[in-house]
Amino acid sequence: MISFHTHPDQYRHWKFQVEGAEARLSLQVDPEHPFSDGYELKMNSYDLGVDIELQDAVQRLRFEHPQVKVLVISSAVDRTFCAGANIPMLASSTHPFKVNFCKFTNETRLSLEDASRHSGIRTIAALNGLAAGGGYELAIACDEIYLVDDGNSAVSLPEVPLLGVLPGTGGLTRLVDKRKVRRDLADMFSTLVEGVRAKKAKAWDLIDDSFPKSRFDEKIGERVAALVESNPARSEGPGITLSPISPRETEGGFRYEYIDVELDTPQRRATVTVKGPSGKQPTNGEEYLQAGDSSWAIQAFRELDDAICQLRFEFPEVGLLLLKTSGDIDTVLQVEQDLVAAKDHWLCNEILAFMARTIRRWELTGRSLFALIEAGSAFAGSLFELALACDRIYMLDDPDHPCEVALSPVSRGLLPMSSGLTRLHNRFLAKPDHAARLAQELPRVDGPDADELGLITVLADDIDWEDEVRIAIEERVSLSPDALTGMEASLRFGGAETCDSKIFGRLSAWQNWIFIRPNATGEEGALVRYGHPESARFDWRRT
Amino acid sequence: MSAVDLEAKIPNNVDLKNDKRLLRALEKWQPKFREWWKEMGPSDYNTDQIYLRTAVGVGKGGWAHFDYVKMPDYRWGIFLAEPVERTIHFGDNIGSPIWNEVPGEMRNRLRRLIVTQADTEPASVEQQRLLGDTAPSLMDMRSLFQVNVEEGRHLWAMVYLLHTYFGADGRDEAEELLERRSGNADKPRILEAFNKPIESWLDFFCFTTFTDRDGKYQLASLAESSFDPLARSTQFMLTEEAYHMQTGENGVGRVLHRTGELLAEGKDPKSVGAMPLDLVQRYVNAWFSVSMDLFGGEDSTNAAESFASGLKGRYREGDGIYKDPKALAQAYKLEVPEGNRLVEQEIPLRRAMNGLLLDAYIADCKRIVSRWNRDLERLGVKETIELPSKRFHRHQGVYADFDFNPAGELISKDDWAANVDSWLPTQADREYVASCMKPVREPGKYANWIGPHSVGVNEQPLDFEYVKFH
Repeated sequence: MISFHTHPDQYRHWKFQVEGAEARLSLQVDPEHPFSDGYELKMNSYDLGVDIELQDAVQRLRFEHPQVKVLVISSAVDRTFCAGANIPMLASSTHPFKVNFCKFTNETRLSLEDASRHSGIRTIAALNGLAAGGGYELAIACDEIYLVDDGNSAVSLPEVPLLGVLPGTGGLTRLVDKRKVRRDLADMFSTLVEGVRAKKAKAWDLIDDSFPKSRFDEKIGERVAALVESNPARSEGPGITLSPISPRETEGGFRYEYIDVELDTPQRRATVTVKGPSGKQPTNGEEYLQAGDSSWAIQAFRELDDAICQLRFEFPEVGLLLLKTSGDIDTVLQVEQDLVAAKDHWLCNEILAFMARTIRRWELTGRSLFALIEAGSAFAGSLFELALACDRIYMLDDPDHPCEVALSPVSRGLLPMSSGLTRLHNRFLAKPDHAARLAQELPRVDGPDADELGLITVLADDIDWEDEVRIAIEERVSLSPDALTGMEASLRFGGAETCDSKIFGRLSAWQNWIFIRPNATGEEGALVRYGHPESARFDWRRT
Repeated sequence: MSAVDLEAKIPNNVDLKNDKRLLRALEKWQPKFREWWKEMGPSDYNTDQIYLRTAVGVGKGGWAHFDYVKMPDYRWGIFLAEPVERTIHFGDNIGSPIWNEVPGEMRNRLRRLIVTQADTEPASVEQQRLLGDTAPSLMDMRSLFQVNVEEGRHLWAMVYLLHTYFGADGRDEAEELLERRSGNADKPRILEAFNKPIESWLDFFCFTTFTDRDGKYQLASLAESSFDPLARSTQFMLTEEAYHMQTGENGVGRVLHRTGELLAEGKDPKSVGAMPLDLVQRYVNAWFSVSMDLFGGEDSTNAAESFASGLKGRYREGDGIYKDPKALAQAYKLEVPEGNRLVEQEIPLRRAMNGLLLDAYIADCKRIVSRWNRDLERLGVKETIELPSKRFHRHQGVYADFDFNPAGELISKDDWAANVDSWLPTQADREYVASCMKPVREPGKYANWIGPHSVGVNEQPLDFEYVKFH
């Protein structure tokens, strides 16, 4: 299986340095070590392997280096910042891989913004050379962008004119929604293969500033110093150490300490069981620091995060994920009450933010998600949020084997969806008072009451349970996977949009549509013909 | 009601007493069914003793038991035909194991099929609920009630499937079957033919001849189903349905026989309160055409899907009478109106499954009409009853928006309007038929508009007291 965890000692493509309050990530892609065979990573272009390292680094900054206030992302290659996602890699990838690659890189870009928002780690893109396509999209995910003014270096989004696809990592959305670039200028920019150099880039708000090459490092240094100065520290450190996470393969799937994934490939489904906490759990920030990465709240969610990525990349035919939990509701509630009480402690804050990211990753997974609540389950707090992220929730109603669901204070806005809404608000868009009351009262209820409150989809008694669930599953996996992906994404994210939710929505809809159109990926499509002597031929009909 | 009580009240071969799910469902449903029967069944006769057949098993010899029973105490049972070793024998999944559970992906389609079929059963009881008051003989009255209780049992058979295989949804659907009402504007029965009252015994006999025969063909196609409980349930229903159709064929036959006798004597049937041939012809036209509509469109992708997925087979598919069990290789020729003429079109055979079933039904109806005509001929009557064309008076399928005469010729709206009174029952016809409907309750005696039966029920004499009034 793919290893989504690595360590700075093992990075092939990034140089990662932390000095005091400043961290520096320099891209120096090793062209000879692509993630898969068959292409070379020229011009600091990236693939999944490069992005896994970036994701790892950002994660470590948050947990291992709480003293860091500023992250500078630049390149160690002269005159090139980053040429974006590797085109031969994209052209030779399967559709599901492309989609999941884009999704993962998006989540990594969002984690940069999340680090700024929730951990105060200000991010600077120091563009010492060309930032094209995904390169500029990485920059635009940072708080500030500075471009070297050498008369040559440019920022560009050449996907449309060059490849017949979109900048798939939020570029277009961030242009107008985040940087608020005027839409006609954004239009000009997005169709210019060679991009825009420093002066115009600044005028068009594509960058924050530009500096001559000779003074570039100095100017970046000044900006870093200013941000360090103005930005309060989370902590003096040290942080905790994140040890490697890797699944053990089992007869029917794979497992970790708290997560068990049971695959039923012929039936196109997998059961993901999350175990609740057991043993003594930390009760405050200091105890969390001492426990390192072994506390349930960190480890279970790191494992779940990994399991989701495995399921996305390694098991494209598993169309339905069945969520189960096991353990003790009281223990989950206790852990979360303590975490929320200590949320001003930097580590508890990080843990909650990480839980939120992981549940969003679950929710943004393009598979059908059903939660099954049975006796012995522990659907409380964050685990119930996982259920709320599902398309349907089935709950057993059996007086001989009672089960409950419970809300915890994490549901009061600490685990927002990518739309910024709480899952309670998203669930009860027509009844905001009801959502607010639930968040206020944090009920702990049995099946009939959960049904009454609208917290579950189907309540089935012991006689019906097995058949009801079996039929629902069989029916679901028989439906068109494409239509389901579209339907689920449409229904999961009702209500307001944010830049984050728009990015995913547009990726899922526009980019994935374009990816499978002949104009991009047909024999004569632009993505396929890129780098070949013949030029692309289009079907000129507009929709 | 306890499990023991239910087991005693409900004859069955589905191991009811050990089926927790079914017992639980029936505990709620059975009392509601009885309430429905008391309200919407032949309620004027709730306290009378009727000599009825009750299904008590599925064995070839003694599956039925005859005795006097008050209808609300009738023991509606649940029976499946004996299981046979088989695999799926048509459609896309030939050779795969049959389904003993509902495959999840088929649930909605299958539930729709079962609910649609089930809904016709209580509907017909509702449509016929007042006919007892005008029965032309005690034995006819008994036949009516026999049909009624067995339609009730067919409802049970379908409800058994809903309760056993469709979970909470199935239970909801089973309840709704008791909540819809024939002809009720707010909660009508699903199929339109089941929303008009059966006003007279002539209607009743036509209904059991033609409409129940649609039921036979629908059941026969479901009896081929890959969903084995449905197949076995409908196989047994067909055994009972045969009696209903016989009631119809025999009833219309006796009406015609009486008319034939009068015509042979040179009398105008109307002069003695019997049914003129042209009037019977109009009733045949009406009921035959409305029953054909129940088959759905001749060209139907829905029907193709039901065949492909193995839910509904062709008539007698399992007898191996079709060369191509996938039905992919052939086409079906269908005459379709285009402008002012009919044009032959070929459609893929699978899309023509409704059309095929309809053809088999029409052939069956033709045999019955010719039996009636032979009797008329024996009596020396030259006139005959003719089955109208399948294009005549249709409201479903490819002929729905066009006008055809009974011979099947495309005609203008004006032609239709000018002739409709000679083709379909008129208000005057209905009033005349209604005026003939006088009850006869003396054992062995018959109303003047209908001939006597030739044999009694269960080898009882014709003057047996089939209904004991209280």
